[in-house]
Amino acid sequence: MLRRMQKSTVYFIAGGLLIFVVIQVLLSVGVLNNYWRGIIFWGAAISMVALGLNLIYGFNGQFSLGQYGFYAIGAYASADVTYRWVHNDPSGVVVVLFGSLLTVGLYILVSAFLRRFYGVTVMARFTFYVLATVLAFAIAVAVFVPLVGPAVESILLALPDVVSQQIVFFIALLGGASLAGIASFLFGTPVLELGSDYFGIATLGFTIIVKVLLDNTDTLLPFPEMKGARGMIGIPQWTTWPWVFGSLLLVIVVMRNVLHSSVGRAIVSVREDERAAELVGIDAATTKVLAFVLGSIFAGLAGGIRAHDLAFLHPQSFNFIQSFNPLIIVVFGGLSSMTGTIVTGFFWIFLLEGLLRLYLPQGFETWRLVVYPLVLLVMMLLRPEGLFGRYEIPFLRRVLPPLPVKTEAAAEPAQEVSA
Amino acid sequence: MKGRPEGLAPDVETRSVVLEMDGVTHFFGNLRAVYNFDLVLRHGELAGLIGPNGAGKTTVFNLITGVYQATQGSIRYKDANLLGLPSHEIIQMGIARTFQNIRLFANLTVLDNVRIAYHPHAGYGLLDSVLHTHRFRAKEAEMAQQAQEFLEIFGLGDRRNDIAGSLPYGLQRRLEIARALAAYPRLLILDEPAAGMNPQEIDELMELIHFIRDRFDLTILLVEHRMRLVMNICEWITVMDFGEIIARGLPAQVRSDPHVIEAYLGRQAVEIK
Repeated sequence: MLRRMQKSTVYFIAGGLLIFVVIQVLLSVGVLNNYWRGIIFWGAAISMVALGLNLIYGFNGQFSLGQYGFYAIGAYASADVTYRWVHNDPSGVVVVLFGSLLTVGLYILVSAFLRRFYGVTVMARFTFYVLATVLAFAIAVAVFVPLVGPAVESILLALPDVVSQQIVFFIALLGGASLAGIASFLFGTPVLELGSDYFGIATLGFTIIVKVLLDNTDTLLPFPEMKGARGMIGIPQWTTWPWVFGSLLLVIVVMRNVLHSSVGRAIVSVREDERAAELVGIDAATTKVLAFVLGSIFAGLAGGIRAHDLAFLHPQSFNFIQSFNPLIIVVFGGLSSMTGTIVTGFFWIFLLEGLLRLYLPQGFETWRLVVYPLVLLVMMLLRPEGLFGRYEIPFLRRVLPPLPVKTEAAAEPAQEVSA
Repeated sequence: MKGRPEGLAPDVETRSVVLEMDGVTHFFGNLRAVYNFDLVLRHGELAGLIGPNGAGKTTVFNLITGVYQATQGSIRYKDANLLGLPSHEIIQMGIARTFQNIRLFANLTVLDNVRIAYHPHAGYGLLDSVLHTHRFRAKEAEMAQQAQEFLEIFGLGDRRNDIAGSLPYGLQRRLEIARALAAYPRLLILDEPAAGMNPQEIDELMELIHFIRDRFDLTILLVEHRMRLVMNICEWITVMDFGEIIARGLPAQVRSDPHVIEAYLGRQAVEIK
């Protein structure tokens, strides 16, 4: 088994394990206090958000400012699930679990149904999907909660507390991610038809809408526990290092595997030339929605991780100014470089919330926000392709099959190119 | 017969119809780009479409490939109606095209340019991609192998790891044709394949077009400005001007048609003789 794996994969696994163990030990021993723990977790979350955006913008070429909106949806949705659970209400668990499953099922039915007709307009398709979503969640709330809720609760309560907590947390993360995915599917289906700039403006609008809705969760929306503009408190602090590491690893591996497949090539071809991609038989619209949904799912997952580390959510931290953060990270690290995005994501939080906050003299915290635009400016002037350009660590690099050997010369090593 | 010239060999007329356009009209706002266009292509033919700049030739191509939707008329490929279908579905049915100005995926490798065209036939789904299953690996290896063989045919085998945008112009044209053929089309539409080529490159291109037609059993429709190419390789020619067909026939007939000489060919045709 091990022999069949590529060297880069072995190194990646070994390196990942090493990082995991070292940080876990440092956390357990207490060398890293809660403050630095927060920085690391936050860095991981922001890296996941930025990776999602890199998939959408760097690899698929769709300029999006909506990433923080999906991050917010993931954070609030998963926080609501666990909040309800610790307040003896299993409805959150039931709704996200069965609602998401039902929605996906209905989407498959709807798309199979719509495929039987020629020339269905985008808005018509969108309407059908919205109806399917509403129907799915209505059924989840009205039927599954009273019907399955007590059973789910008693099963989970029968388990030891530690286990049931982890299961609920898992469902909450999954639910946050899938709600972000569903929202991005509904939003992306009509809006991705727009050209790139218009799409960017529309996604900015999306972030603003999400923020306004979050400001009014207790009045406009039926979620009094989110407490609107006062901020949601009482979220259990369940995020641990294994969850953070596992999520980040999952995001990296899924994204890498997708990008190194035919689907990934289709995604990149749409960035290169959408019309040409259409005319070699690639369904550009579906490909764009796919990349957008996948990127948003990553953001939703990151939201769940962040919410259960911070244990407090405020709409102000998801306003549209903040939505530039992942964009800056992606551009800074290098468009379409996963390595660059991950490193810059951590570096960003480390610098902004760690070093500068700690080591600038008292009362100078605000200068952070002067320092980092300056860094950005210098960076764009000196290295417009981003810190890493298109560099990738070997595991994330695309491996091209070696050229056929023509003479007796020794076989060339596999050439590696990142795209 | 509608959409075809007089005087073709009788055995050609018995072959099956590949493309059938009837009364196709397209407006851009109030501008009539194509009016009452008909064309019938039979299996294995190599037909040309010529006309002065702005005559509507590329619009015809865009109508066939679903980039624009025809205002009126019907377009059929074999037995299927193409009207109202999105481009990628039309392509997947077996029509491929190249572009007037080369549109490669310039930042990707030569191999990837061809492999992208295999995507509709990849034979594995998103889940296989995420998990890199056995099926994924098998199909990927198969695809790489096929693409390699394909590139060998076009003389690009040893350049497959080069970035497509860095190839010399003539090779970029070849790569574009290779990419178009990668998805196993039955009908190939070439939009000014000789644009920007020197006489020697045009000779090579003519050879290449003949070669791929025989090798891949294709029907080819081509738009071209270079009279030498059109007159030499096309079996019959349709001439357009201001969106309408002004002449149709064998190369010799078209060359001597007074309408055509007036509208388009002028002195150039005489020189070729």
